[in-house]
Amino acid sequence: MIKFFKKRPPANLPDFWKTYENCFLEKQPEEVNSVRFVVLDTETTGFDYIHDRILSIGALNLINKHIAINQSLELYLIQDHYNAETAKIHGILKNGRGTECITEIEALKQFLAFVGNAVIIAHHTIFDINMINQALERHQLPKLLNKTLDTSTLYKKTLLTSNVFKKKDHYSLDDLAEKFDISMKDRHTAIGDAYITAIAFLKIWTRLKSKGPLKLKDLLKLGS
Amino acid sequence: MMKNTISERVADFLEHFPPFNELAQDQLATLSKEITIIYKEKDNVIFSENDPPHTSFYVVHKGAVALKRGEKMDILDMCDEGDIFGLRPLIALENYKMTAQAHEETILYAIPIHIFKPYARENKEVGNFLIESFASNTRNPYSKSHRGKLYEEIPNLGPITPEAQLFDLQPVKYSKKLISCSATTSAKEIAEKMTEKKVGAMLVVENKLPIGIITDKDLRNNIVTGKYPITTEASKIMVSPVITYAKSMTITQAQIAMMKSSISHLCITKDGTPNSKAIGILSKHDLMVAIGNNPAVLIKAIQRAKKVKNIRNIRKSITHLLGAYLGQNIPLTLTSKIISELNDACIKRVIQMALDKMPEKPPVAFAWLSLGSQGRNEQLLQTDQDNALVFQNVPEEKMEETTAYFLELSKIINKGLFEIGYEYCPAEMMASNPNWCLSLDQWKKAITQWVTNPGADEILLSSIFFDYNLTYGDITLVNQLSDYIFEITQKYPIFFLHLASGALQNPSPTGFFRQLLVEQDGEHKDFFDLKRRALMPLTDAARVLILSHSVKSINNTPGRYEKLAELEPNNEEIFMACSFATKALLKFRTKQGLLHNDSGRYIAIDKLTKEDKVKLKRTFKTIKEIQELLTVRFKISNILR
Repeated sequence: MIKFFKKRPPANLPDFWKTYENCFLEKQPEEVNSVRFVVLDTETTGFDYIHDRILSIGALNLINKHIAINQSLELYLIQDHYNAETAKIHGILKNGRGTECITEIEALKQFLAFVGNAVIIAHHTIFDINMINQALERHQLPKLLNKTLDTSTLYKKTLLTSNVFKKKDHYSLDDLAEKFDISMKDRHTAIGDAYITAIAFLKIWTRLKSKGPLKLKDLLKLGS
Repeated sequence: MMKNTISERVADFLEHFPPFNELAQDQLATLSKEITIIYKEKDNVIFSENDPPHTSFYVVHKGAVALKRGEKMDILDMCDEGDIFGLRPLIALENYKMTAQAHEETILYAIPIHIFKPYARENKEVGNFLIESFASNTRNPYSKSHRGKLYEEIPNLGPITPEAQLFDLQPVKYSKKLISCSATTSAKEIAEKMTEKKVGAMLVVENKLPIGIITDKDLRNNIVTGKYPITTEASKIMVSPVITYAKSMTITQAQIAMMKSSISHLCITKDGTPNSKAIGILSKHDLMVAIGNNPAVLIKAIQRAKKVKNIRNIRKSITHLLGAYLGQNIPLTLTSKIISELNDACIKRVIQMALDKMPEKPPVAFAWLSLGSQGRNEQLLQTDQDNALVFQNVPEEKMEETTAYFLELSKIINKGLFEIGYEYCPAEMMASNPNWCLSLDQWKKAITQWVTNPGADEILLSSIFFDYNLTYGDITLVNQLSDYIFEITQKYPIFFLHLASGALQNPSPTGFFRQLLVEQDGEHKDFFDLKRRALMPLTDAARVLILSHSVKSINNTPGRYEKLAELEPNNEEIFMACSFATKALLKFRTKQGLLHNDSGRYIAIDKLTKEDKVKLKRTFKTIKEIQELLTVRFKISNILR
């Protein structure tokens, strides 16, 4: 435990970060049903980690196959940088419209408080995590500490392994929504995509379980 | 206020269903924010009989939930999308009187009672809805016609045979697309319109009120006989007054009404009297579809279906019919023939609908092939879809656009099949996969590849593909393909050896002490895998034997064995035994599947009766014999195995 703290940079980290960090003192249960997952999606101005910015963050709490709507997080960020091209896709105008926008640091604060030590699930997780880590870095904060699962990777594990048919390298969220018959309503809003990801994850999990019992560590091995 | 997109999504769904449609916008918005979305795997229990009440009641968002009761867990009701269940115990503060179990993969909305209750008190409409539902349920506890969807009622009646009774009391589904004419329309116009709309009756209306009805029979009796000229006005030949009913009438009521007045069509009006607006017509045909015990009626219903969703419902009747046939011990050959015909008709209709959706007609001839068990006509229960498409050869420069057309078409068909209940094939053996949507020459090339380089994958592909059956399209393409397969396999007899050794690779059904071997791990641990250990050895053996005889167009396994018995009289006994064993196993699997609402593949050995176990074991002797025959005939050495 002492070692754990030594690894962290000694800088003067704000209290909200310390609170977040302390969440990880608690170990995750092995039983997947007891694990708290946070299903995450970020909408961004583009795909460049350095120049692009987070437009909005959507996150849902998932425990024991339950998603409580009143425990979800939907944040819209004030923008300095703005890319008119991608705004067309997700329909978020600069500084929103009719929704309350907050600063990046405020969003990070709220997100860290929300996510705690949960296991993060996203579709192409690496992208969302990197976007958030970049934002953290801009505010001199360390990287996220959460364990992660990627529904894109996990989905591939449900498919048969056979030379007979070739798996695609990447399965988009649209692919999954189609396969699992999930309504594409609210697609390209952060929370809407997070919801599709959550339902896809549950369906994937059911299909993976049918191949044998699954503990959290097995899931993490399959889908990190 | 904080935005919540997900609760808006939930509200959008709920507002279509009573009693939520009675709530004010802001009430619905508040309610939706407090909802929990719950995912249930198939067979997961939501609550059990005698459990204390939860803090929420449930609405089915996707999937289906079965309400069951008693030791035998009779299904009392099936809740579909938008149905409420588990509410009454929360209001009456008593334990659950039924068990709620996910009938398929399901998504539920859990609505906290403490949020909902004040609305029910405040809002008169909501309150009335609840009272009415409770009251009508007491009067008629199993009635679906009063589906206020507030099950969890206390039935004080004696034992009830669930499904049958439930069924009679279902509300009828009448045709809402009203085909009507005025009193002055000519008989000719009426006949034309009826032909165009494929209906057997036309309503004559005046100011939207029904004043008469003209059926096929009236046209025959009055016009075709020459009694009246073809220009006669509707008012002269119509039957009047019209018998009208309200839309809440049940199947039983409708049957009685038709019998009583010996008519074939009832008119559904807004308040059930002839003085209110006509909203639909209920024909004897609609009624028979609802009763669903007649394949001919079902076929007609499939052909008339306008939407994929209609077919989905018809398929439920097919399953119903299958259960009835098995219960009546109708020979399996006949049963599977009828059921396959019906399934085929459904697929054909889905393909026709897909063709209609395409912007253009197909550029060249094509054929839609069903593969695997569907191809062999052995698919009694719904399973995965396996299919392929072959199209006529086109010049090189047309190849790309032609392929693109058929891939697009296949995509629509695969989606339609999914919607009527065929799961997507996990190995993507579907025509929407570019590897399974090829021109005739491309297929020949692929087959040559399999036959000349028979590795494990090629054998697997052949064993799935070679059971193809034409479902829709051009038969000459299929014949050319079959001829080619015989030609090439005769040229490379080594292929049979590999196919035969593939057929011998399934695990043995029994152990050293003749005990049934069960699966060692995985989800089906301790279950017997009927498909892999018993059915597949038989189907695989039949395929290689029939191919080696170059017999075309017998795809079904028992049929193949019967043909083999004819071709090889010296082996008649064993082949007939195989045919019998296959039928027995298929029936066994189908019964198990119907019982457990699954594919019937995995059997809980300890739940079987002694008699069933003996039956099962008897087939294993036959499996062993046919495998020995294959080993000898194709000279399979142990090295290859």
